[in-house]
Amino acid sequence: MAIKKFATATYSDEAVLFDAVKKTRGEGYKIHDVYTPFAIHGLDEALGYKVSDLHVAGFIYGLTGTCTALGFMGAIFTTWWPQNFGGKPHFPLPAFIPITFELTVLFAAVGMVLTFCYLCQIMPGVKKHIFNPRQTDDKFVMAIEVNDSNAGAVEGFMKTTGAEHTDVQVAEADWWYGLWSNKEDYEESNNTQTQEVI
Amino acid sequence: MTNQNFNIPAKAKTVSLVLMVIGALAIIAGGITMLGSDHTATRFWASLLQNSVFFLLICVASLFILSATSLAQAAWIVAFRRIPEAIGSIVWILGVIVFAILLILILTDNTHIYPWLEEGHIPHNGRNGLKHFFLSRGFFLFWSAFTVAAWGWLGHKISDISLKMGKDKEGSVKLFWKNFNYSAAFLFVFAITLASTIPWLWLMSIDAHWFSTMFSWYTFASSFVSGMSMIMLWMLYTKRHGNLELVTDEHVHDVGKFMFAFTIFWTYLWFSQFMLIWYANIPEETVYFKIRMHGPYSFFFWINLVLNFVTPLLILMSAPAKRNYFVVSVVAIIILFGHWIDFYQIVMPGTVGADWHLSWYEIGVVCGFVGLVIFLVSNKLSKLPQIPENHPYLKETVIHVS
Repeated sequence: MAIKKFATATYSDEAVLFDAVKKTRGEGYKIHDVYTPFAIHGLDEALGYKVSDLHVAGFIYGLTGTCTALGFMGAIFTTWWPQNFGGKPHFPLPAFIPITFELTVLFAAVGMVLTFCYLCQIMPGVKKHIFNPRQTDDKFVMAIEVNDSNAGAVEGFMKTTGAEHTDVQVAEADWWYGLWSNKEDYEESNNTQTQEVI
Repeated sequence: MTNQNFNIPAKAKTVSLVLMVIGALAIIAGGITMLGSDHTATRFWASLLQNSVFFLLICVASLFILSATSLAQAAWIVAFRRIPEAIGSIVWILGVIVFAILLILILTDNTHIYPWLEEGHIPHNGRNGLKHFFLSRGFFLFWSAFTVAAWGWLGHKISDISLKMGKDKEGSVKLFWKNFNYSAAFLFVFAITLASTIPWLWLMSIDAHWFSTMFSWYTFASSFVSGMSMIMLWMLYTKRHGNLELVTDEHVHDVGKFMFAFTIFWTYLWFSQFMLIWYANIPEETVYFKIRMHGPYSFFFWINLVLNFVTPLLILMSAPAKRNYFVVSVVAIIILFGHWIDFYQIVMPGTVGADWHLSWYEIGVVCGFVGLVIFLVSNKLSKLPQIPENHPYLKETVIHVS
């Protein structure tokens, strides 16, 4: 949990946002994040994001599922409670394949969803600071982390990128868990400015 | 952007001619040495049947992907759609070869290949009426002729429409919809032939008492994944020699995805067919797998799974591998070889039985068919402009990101 200071710029068009992102990165600013109401193709490349390793995690989860299914069924039917089903061997691999497949898919899918949620900081009950209430509606918001000395300069630069509104906010950079009422507590204690709706 | 015809190196033609000569020599030598006795003649015909059907079906797969993407209005294939078009337009030649072989087998009453040709092989009782009709000489030949004619004609037509589109800028949208309709017609023909009846007739009736409702889909998956591998090989080969400048890593990645996905689809169908028979354990069904799994074909049974499932699955799983031209080429060759083995173990146990061969004759016949396909496709490609000009999705395919 870290309270930080951010300069934010609000744009009303994704084409302007694209140019602003390129210009900002070209000037050497490190963008904290960009918030958009919908997924924009190519924005991740423009922001310089690399492909995540989520699929490697998925492979490992899948392998865990395979081993769990085969190990569990194998242990039951060969050691813990061996039985004779229609003269089949005690470890009838073909009969285990469908269940192994399902468990592989289940582990991979659920594990990847949870990992994805963790990486994107979205979970039931997880809250994040909203720089502009309309960032989920029709506005595009770019945030840059600043300190006391360069806040004015960064905000001034943002005005030149075609933003229709800029400001400096003190906000919680990470997510927190709990109710929105907790947010009020921390807002009070950190004297965050209330965002004015454009 | 110049739109030249495909530039196929002269070496391809030389190699294909050499391969065809090898094939012709093998067939002639095989004919002289094997046609004398029934026992060896079976080996002669079984190999010809296996190879001709295999290479026909993987060429038909090109027509299938063209039709399916036309109906889905997919743009990604437009950058290299000349390749499947060229492969599809030679279907009629391979179709004629297959039909000629089938005609000889039927007219000479070759019961070693198709045991149902023998009177009384399928017992006359109340339940076999439709089967007697289905496995009769008349229906077999009529349906094979219809299938080959329909595939060949539609394959020619789809390529023709695309060529016309390149010369007719105003009418391109109209031709696009014409292609759409012909693609729909092809998919209908495909559904009632390759996806259902044709593998039953041509391949499954080798074991006339055994039947599996999964068999056609299994054969389709086998031919489709090999067909995509062949498209991949042609695409990379022609691109390497300065053609297809529109094709980028994104298009290669997409074909690679098809190879990967349909590898798993093939395994799914293979396993669905195998597992139910294995589990139910009914003698008249397990007889099919007994000779393959525990009998003289057990090597092919296991190598089939290794080549067609484990290898492509593990190698093609990661995204960078599907974009690496060398890796996908090697996997494409493995898949083509693996599915040739798959067809081998479909045809051989029911025909030559325990006395299987994989020596000069079989290898010679494969060389002949590979040479024939290379010759015909490169010949056709060298007459086609590389870029499907005036195609409504041309821009979309250039900026395509997989």
